[in-house]
Amino acid sequence: MAVGPVSASAPGPVAAALKDAVISAALTALLLVPLVGLRATEQGGGPLILTTRFGLVAIFGLIVGVLRFVLLLTIWHPARAKPGRTGPALFNGLGDRLAPVLKPAFFGILLVYPLLAVLGSGGLGPSRYWVDLGIYILTYVMLGWGLNIVVGLAGLLDLGYVAFYAVGAYTFALLSTSIPVSDFFAGALGADFWKAWSFWVCLPISGILAALWGVILGFPVLRLRGDYLAIVTLAFGEIIRLVLINWVDLTNGGAGISSIPPITFFGIPFTNSDGGFASLFGLTFDPMHRNIFLYFVILALAALTALATVRLRRMPVGRAWEALREDEIACRSLGINTTLTKLTAFSIGAMFGGFAGAFFAVRIRFVSPESFTFMESAVILAIVVLGGMGSQMGVAMSAILLIGGMEMLRNLTFLKSPWLLGPDFDPSLYRMLIFGFAMVAVMAWRPRGLVSGRLATIFLKHRKKVSGDLVAEGHG
Amino acid sequence: MSAPMLRAEGVKTQYGKIIALRGVDLDVNEGEIVTIIGANGAGKSTLMMTICGAPRASEGRILFEGQDITRMPTHEIMRLKIAQSPEGRRIFPRMSVFENLQMGAALDNYAHFNDDLERMFDLFPRLKERLHQRGGTLSGGEQQMLAIARALMSRPRLLLLDEPSLGLAPLVVRQIFDVIRDLNATEGLTVFLVEQNAYHALKLAHRGYVLVNGAITLSGTGRALLENPDVKAAYLEGGA
Ligand SMILES: Nc1ncnc2c1ncn2[C@@H]1O[C@H](COP(=O)(O)OP(=O)(O)O)[C@@H](O)[C@H]1O
Ligand SMILES: [Mg+2]
Repeated sequence: MAVGPVSASAPGPVAAALKDAVISAALTALLLVPLVGLRATEQGGGPLILTTRFGLVAIFGLIVGVLRFVLLLTIWHPARAKPGRTGPALFNGLGDRLAPVLKPAFFGILLVYPLLAVLGSGGLGPSRYWVDLGIYILTYVMLGWGLNIVVGLAGLLDLGYVAFYAVGAYTFALLSTSIPVSDFFAGALGADFWKAWSFWVCLPISGILAALWGVILGFPVLRLRGDYLAIVTLAFGEIIRLVLINWVDLTNGGAGISSIPPITFFGIPFTNSDGGFASLFGLTFDPMHRNIFLYFVILALAALTALATVRLRRMPVGRAWEALREDEIACRSLGINTTLTKLTAFSIGAMFGGFAGAFFAVRIRFVSPESFTFMESAVILAIVVLGGMGSQMGVAMSAILLIGGMEMLRNLTFLKSPWLLGPDFDPSLYRMLIFGFAMVAVMAWRPRGLVSGRLATIFLKHRKKVSGDLVAEGHG
Repeated sequence: MSAPMLRAEGVKTQYGKIIALRGVDLDVNEGEIVTIIGANGAGKSTLMMTICGAPRASEGRILFEGQDITRMPTHEIMRLKIAQSPEGRRIFPRMSVFENLQMGAALDNYAHFNDDLERMFDLFPRLKERLHQRGGTLSGGEQQMLAIARALMSRPRLLLLDEPSLGLAPLVVRQIFDVIRDLNATEGLTVFLVEQNAYHALKLAHRGYVLVNGAITLSGTGRALLENPDVKAAYLEGGA
C-alpha cells in the first residue's frame, strides 16, 4: 500500500491528527480501565482479589492512538485519492503474471516441505512439530477443497460439511477396530492382515459411505435454496454428532473410539522390528518416519481432490455446477437436470470429506464426537469463503493463513509476561480472534476472497482469464 | 394439413390458489412465428413456463410433435429440441459470453460447437467482440442477444422467447426481431414469442393470440390482429 502524501500536508492536518490521536488514546484508556485494567480473581475459594493491569490499558491506548495517527495521515488523509472499489490492483497484476509458475511452485514446496522441516530444525526428531503442523494444515486444505466443490462451485451453502468428515472418520474407526471384521480377514488372509491393511481398505469405503450420506442429505434439501439449505445442512451436521454421542452401543458415545491401528507403509508397519519399515529399507528406526509418511498421504489425498476438481470443472457436470450457482432457472431452461447436478456436487464433496475423515482417524488414532462440532464446519467454510469461492489456490492460501495463523498464536508467549496478560493467559484460546480479523480484513479489502479472478474453464481453443473486477459487486 | 408442432389443450395452471391460466388452447405449426400478447400479469410467462413443465399444468395437455409432454421433467422437455430464452434473459452473469454459449451447447455434447459458434457470430456480431467479457457486464441488448444465442446453441426446432424486447431501445428491438425473422425465413425455425410490445410482435408474427386474465380472447393472423379495433384500443394506443 502506498504511503500517503505526508510530506505534502500542511502542519494543520498533522496537528489535527495528533490531537485526534491523543483524544482517541485517552478515551480508549478511560473505557478500558474498568474492562481491562481492573480484574477480580478468585484464589483457592478465598475472597475475590482485585488486581490491576494498568500497563495493559496504557498499551491498548497507545496502540489506538498511534494507529489512528498513522491512518489519519495516510489512508484516511483527506487529500488522498480514493482507491478503486475493487481493492489493490497490484495483487491482481501480480497474480496474473505469477499464475503459470505459481501452482507448480506451490506443489513443489509442498513436496519438499518435510525435507525443509528436517533440515531447518536440525534432525528428524526436532522436525516433528513442523511436520505435524504441515499435516494439520494440509488436512484443512483438503477439506477446504472438498467443500469448495459444494459451496464454491455449485453454490450450495453447506454448513454441515463436518458430518461427512465424521462419517469418514467413524467408518474407518469402527471397521478397523471391529473384531468380527478382523477375525474374518484373519481367517482368510492371515492374522495380521487387517491390522496392516485396514486403512488402505477402509479409505475408499469411508469416501463411498460419506458420498452415500451426501446423497441421503441431498434428497430432502434439493428443493431448498440459500438460507433454508444452510439451516438444514447445519441441522444435519448436528444430528450426526448427536447420533455419535448417543448411539453408545455402536460408537462408544462421548468416550470415543481409541486404539485405532496406525497407518502402515502399504502393509509394512512403522515399527522397530525386523519386518518394520526402517529395517526393510535399511534405515535406523525413527518414529518420525510414520509422521513423514502421513504427510505424504495427506498431500496425495489433497492433490487428488484438487486434480479431480480441475477435471470435473472441465466436464459438463462441472460446468453445470457453476451454472447452477449462477442461475438455477436458466439451468433448467437449458435442459440441465438440476436435481442430479446438485446431488453429484453434494456427494462428490462429501466423498472427499470422508477421505479426510479416515485420514484424521488414522493420524490421531482416536475419534470422538468432540472433533466434529459445528466449529469445524465453520472453520472449513471460512477457509473457502476467505479463499475466494471457487478458487483452489485461494482456498489453499487461506487454509495456510488461517490454520497456520491460529497455530502461531500458541507461540505468542510474550503475552504471558506478568504486566501484560498474566501467566494464565492462553493465547490459543483466542484463535477465533484470528478468524475475526481475517474475515474483516478480507471482506474489507478483497471482498471476493484472496484470489478472486477465475480462469475461464474453457476446454476448446480459447483460454482467457475472466477478471473478478469486471463484474459489478454483489451477485450471488 | 399435418398436426401442429406444439399444441396446448385446455391448459390450466395455478400458483397455489391463484389461477394463472384458465384453460388455454393454442397451436403452433412448424415453420411459424406465433405470438402471445397481453398485459402485464395476463399469464404469458406462465404459459411459456408451463410448456416447459415448471410450473406444471393442473389440467389439460401439452403436445410436442404429437408427444404428450405435460408431465415430463423440464430437463427432458428441453432435450426435445425445444429451447427457451426465459423472461429477464437469465444469462449467467459471472460466466463469460463464451462460457454462456457453451452452456447452451452442453445438451448436444458440443458436437457441432465451433460451427454453431461461428453461426452465432454471424447473427450477432456484437457477441464476437464481447466473447471474453462477463455476461453480467453486457448491455441489456447484448444480454438479450446472448440469451437467444445461448438458446440457439442446442439447435432447437422450436424457440420459446419471453419478452425479448423488455427494457430495450427501439433500435435494438428492431435488430433482434430482424434476426428472429431471418432465422424463421432461412432456416424454418419455429418461434413462439411472448410479448407485451404488441405492435412489433404482431408485425413479426404469422399468427397471434391475445391473452387476458389467463384466457385467450382473440386469435388470428398478425395482420388481422393489428387491424382489430379491440387490439388497437387495448394494446396499440400510442404506437410502438
Ligand atoms: N411464482 C408465482 N407465484 C405466484 N403467483 C405467480 C407466480 N408467477 C406468476 N404469478 C401470478 O400469475 C399471474 C400471471 O403472471 P405472469 O405469467 O408472469 O404474467 P405475464 O408474463 O403475462 O406478465 C399473475 O397474476 C402473477 O401474479
Ligand atoms: Mg411475463
